[in-house]
Amino acid sequence: MTITLFAFYVFATLAVGAGLLVVVARNPVHSVLWLILTFFSVAGLFVLMGAEYIAMLLAIVYVGAVAVLFLFVVMMLDVDFSELRGSIANYFPMGALIGVILLMELGLVYGHWNFSEAAQALRQSPTPDLVQAHNTLALGQVIYTDYIYLFQTSGLILLVAMIGAIVLTMRHRPDIKRQSVIAQMHRDPAKTMELKDIKPGQGL
Amino acid sequence: MIELEQYLTVAGVLFVIGIFGIFLNRKNVIIILMSIELMLLAVNVNMVAFSVYLGDLTGQVFTLFILTVAAAEAAIGLAILVCFFRNRGTISVEDVNVMKG
Repeated sequence: MTITLFAFYVFATLAVGAGLLVVVARNPVHSVLWLILTFFSVAGLFVLMGAEYIAMLLAIVYVGAVAVLFLFVVMMLDVDFSELRGSIANYFPMGALIGVILLMELGLVYGHWNFSEAAQALRQSPTPDLVQAHNTLALGQVIYTDYIYLFQTSGLILLVAMIGAIVLTMRHRPDIKRQSVIAQMHRDPAKTMELKDIKPGQGL
Repeated sequence: MIELEQYLTVAGVLFVIGIFGIFLNRKNVIIILMSIELMLLAVNVNMVAFSVYLGDLTGQVFTLFILTVAAAEAAIGLAILVCFFRNRGTISVEDVNVMKG
């Protein structure tokens, strides 16, 4: 067994095991942590395949942003998770049955297939030789030329998602006092302050 | 050498785990969102595996876009979840019937 094959089995086992623990873990915080382990293991698989850019994207964007966002929401919402888990035993046989059926169907598909004869000729953007361009460089050369409109659209999607998330979660609370800069700057000393000349020994 | 089918098997198992998770946690929206993330991850593994074994970069480019859309979906989904929790005080999916006709 070569070291590559060994690494593949380690990463694959970790990914599948952690993925299973994501859905069966009792505590959602643990679920998120298992999800992070799954992402890291799949990033390892991507490195093994030679897709380093996607692997780093998964490790940085997914673990760094999305998984932490999940963790943040799980910890911020004060939810009683134990009541949400009431009827797991009812759904388990159905879910397991459908899962096994789907897995068998996928196995049937994987058993009988091969690349088309014309597949090599039909490639949209063939991977350049590793000596000429490494993975990130080759991807960049494709993304910024052939797929520039899709790239811009994905940026637009992220912008819309950002605005949407802000609009959804922002709430105006009228019951708290806020600083009003305009009101502060337009205060007139003559209206707000009164000077009194008090004689010594007399008081007001 | 690792065969393409081995990667496809991992992706298939991950995808089925995602579906299984949705069946298993029908009340908890957070776990359902995480299951959807698992399924999208499985699709990404498929895309990259085919891309590498066919020698075509298009698969990896589309993985990039899937990752983008999945991140946007997670952000919006969690924002809706926070909004819903603020209004109802629970995240149980069975309580999401306010808009029922």
